[in-house]
Amino acid sequence: MAEKKRGAQSVLLQNRPRVLSFASMAGPKEAEGPLAGTFDETFTDDTLGEKSWERGEAKMLEHTVDLALSKARVYADAVDAFLGGDLLNQIVSASYTARQLGAPFLGLYGACSTMAESLLLGALLVDGGYADRVVCATCSHFATAERQYRFPLELGNQRTPTAQWTVTGAGATLLGRGEAKGLPLRLTAATIGRVVDKQQTDINNMGAAMAPAAADTLLAHLRDLHRSVQDYDLIVTGDLGCVGYDLMCLLCEQKGVSLDERYIDCGCEVFSPEQDVHAGGSGCGCSACCLNGWLFRRMLSGEIRRLLFLATGALMSTTTSQQGESIPAIAHAVTLEVEEG
Amino acid sequence: MRTLHREKTPEAREYDELVQRVSPRSSAGSTALALVKAFGVGGLICCVGQAIHDLGAGPLGLDDKAVSAFTSTALIFLSALLTGLGLYDRIGKFAGAGSIVPITGFANSVVSPAMEFKREGYVLGVGAKMFVVAGPVLVYGITASVLYGVIYYVIRLVQGG
Repeated sequence: MAEKKRGAQSVLLQNRPRVLSFASMAGPKEAEGPLAGTFDETFTDDTLGEKSWERGEAKMLEHTVDLALSKARVYADAVDAFLGGDLLNQIVSASYTARQLGAPFLGLYGACSTMAESLLLGALLVDGGYADRVVCATCSHFATAERQYRFPLELGNQRTPTAQWTVTGAGATLLGRGEAKGLPLRLTAATIGRVVDKQQTDINNMGAAMAPAAADTLLAHLRDLHRSVQDYDLIVTGDLGCVGYDLMCLLCEQKGVSLDERYIDCGCEVFSPEQDVHAGGSGCGCSACCLNGWLFRRMLSGEIRRLLFLATGALMSTTTSQQGESIPAIAHAVTLEVEEG
Repeated sequence: MRTLHREKTPEAREYDELVQRVSPRSSAGSTALALVKAFGVGGLICCVGQAIHDLGAGPLGLDDKAVSAFTSTALIFLSALLTGLGLYDRIGKFAGAGSIVPITGFANSVVSPAMEFKREGYVLGVGAKMFVVAGPVLVYGITASVLYGVIYYVIRLVQGG
């Protein structure tokens, strides 16, 4: 039996990898939202001066990773691994970022769960003694996601009430060994999600497709580590949105776990209802820019001491959706703690 | 082996009910308002069309056939212009089907992908993707008109006209 494994899906990170630095970037709509001021940088031109949105998205991720490294005064050649992914076909934004960074790269695809997936794997690499410094990063862009998954931007179509708005944003976390100098933030446990598919086919209701996966991972985490909701100051899901938030609460309630005011969802927090985003924000960048700004800052201020970060992803493609296949969903969880003393 | 269109399990059906209960729907009030908006904007587009028609038939002195071509072309031009200026999607957001149904909506559905895929080049971008939204409308619209023509022809034959 693996000594650090707990239960069916979880691990305890005995060497408690440390967050050395974090950085986030967000687009114009996010900069007008309730979390304005928590991002390191925002921009008004959604191509970031590049000739295409795809190029702009890659530049956003490159810059966010650079920001995280410069905050920790770490050069790219001291990075042992870059773990990242994004929503675009063949995860091109992450690959182009890796091309520029030059560090050993492992590309991940977990759809919008990528921030948690990269933190989880990064923490395992560091905890196991296989790496000293790992960059975990992801991003999403409204315009590139719309054109890949939905319709051209200038098409005068209608959005359904359950549809969500892809966040234009990026987040990067630099992880290091527990004994390294850095921030008083540590990763202490993680739960690897299972693919859960409740046969949802509505691609305009991602919250409904992903909520069962989020509930499955949360319940597995609590069961594996013999914890309760009350052991956490805050439980944060990635981008379930308003519909998924309600479903998550109901699904957990059915299993006898009551989620109270300790539970929030990044998709519900990143935009305000006046911004006309229907069911809330979505995308890899949604949880990434919330965690690597707003949430980490709240932890550093002492407001939150133990946080469960549970990013959720819908793993379908436009091809399989058109063929009538349902939406497989996943959620990965990592526990973040403020260092005592 | 699991097939793509598999039957829903009882558990999935139960979850569907939960989803239906939680997912917001357009309220009766907002549906009524949407209808009024669609009617208003759709009607306004038709009024603009009529004004263009009258301009063609009156001051410009065009004949019947020329005036209908002139009206359609002018409306398509205006829609393409508004799409290019980034305004038509906002009109669509406000008006719903009111701005989709008229010929201007069709123009918007051709111009918007043409603009968007320009970065992939004129052949594989604009050329290949221009009808990505309007394509199905053309395919089934033309098919329907051919079928209608055949049926009409057969009826006329039977009637001996």
